[in-house]
Amino acid sequence: MSEEKQRQDMMLKLMQQNARRIMSTVPWAQALGFELTGIEKGRAFAKVGWREDLVGDPDTGVIYGGVLTALLDNLSGVCINTALNKPMSMATLDLRIDYMRPADKGRDILAEAECYHVTRNVAFTHAWAYHESRDKVIATAAGTFALNDISRWASGNEAMDIANKVLGGEK
Amino acid sequence: MSSRADQLQAFLDRTPFARFIGMEFEADGDTLIARLPFQDKFIGNRAINALHGGATGAFLELTAVAQVYLQSDLQRPPKPINLTIDYLRSAKGEDLYARAIVDKLGRRMASVRAEAWQGDDPDKIVTALQAHFLVAEDG
Repeated sequence: MSEEKQRQDMMLKLMQQNARRIMSTVPWAQALGFELTGIEKGRAFAKVGWREDLVGDPDTGVIYGGVLTALLDNLSGVCINTALNKPMSMATLDLRIDYMRPADKGRDILAEAECYHVTRNVAFTHAWAYHESRDKVIATAAGTFALNDISRWASGNEAMDIANKVLGGEK
Repeated sequence: MSSRADQLQAFLDRTPFARFIGMEFEADGDTLIARLPFQDKFIGNRAINALHGGATGAFLELTAVAQVYLQSDLQRPPKPINLTIDYLRSAKGEDLYARAIVDKLGRRMASVRAEAWQGDDPDKIVTALQAHFLVAEDG
C-alpha cells in the first residue's frame, strides 16, 4: 500500500470515528437541523426534516430554497473531509445550485455530496437533494472549495481538529 | 392602496424563513437595501468567527427575491430556478447588508444579481449572487 493511500485511509477512518462532531459544531447547520447520516471516502450523506419556521412560501408550505443551498454547501464541504490525505481547512469558493422541483411539505429532505477531484488548492464537488432517491431530485449543486493550511486557518470542524492532532506531525 | 414596499414587508412578515433569519429592508422607490442583523446561529466556523456560506447565500437569495417583488406587480414570490454564489471574502460574525439589481424582468424569467457587504463600504463585497427566477404567475 502506498504511503499516500495509507494517509488517505487514516483520514477517512478518523473522520468516520468522529463523524458526529463534523456538523455538530457548526451553529448554522444546527440551527437548520442538519443531521449527518453517513460518510464514505469522498462522499457524505445528510438529512433535514421539514419545519414550519423554514418555510419560504407560506401559501404552499414549501421549504425555503436557501435551506437547500445551505445543506448542499455544508455537505459538500463535509465530503471533502473524507477525500483529503491530510487535515485542511476549507472555504466555499463558489456554489451553483439548480432547483428542479419544490420539496414536498412535511417530508424529510435527504442529500448526498461527492468530492470528485482534489488539487493542492481546490476541491470540486457535486451534490444532490431529494426525498427518496436521486431519480427524483429536488436540487443539485456544483461547488468549488479553496483548501487552506489548517495551521494558518482554523477549520472550525472538531473532527478535523482531532485528525490534525493525530496526524498533524506528518508531512 | 398600500405601497409596493408595504406589500413586500407584509410578504416578509408572513414568510416563516424571513422571520427565522430576521431580515430587514429599507426601500427608496424601486431600490432596496436589505439588512441581516447578526445572530449567533449564522456562524459556520466558530474558530475564525465567520458566517456560514449558507447563511450569507440564503440572505442574498431573499434579497434578490425582495428586489424582484418590489419592482414588479407579482402577487406571488418569484421561484428560484438556479443561482451561483461567489464567496469573495470571509464574512465576519456581524451584520450583513445586501442590494440587488434586476438585469432582466421578462414575462416568465428574471435575471438578478445581488451583492452583500459588511460595515460601511458597499464596494467591498463579501459575497455575490447571480440568480434566475421564474416569475410567471401560472408557473
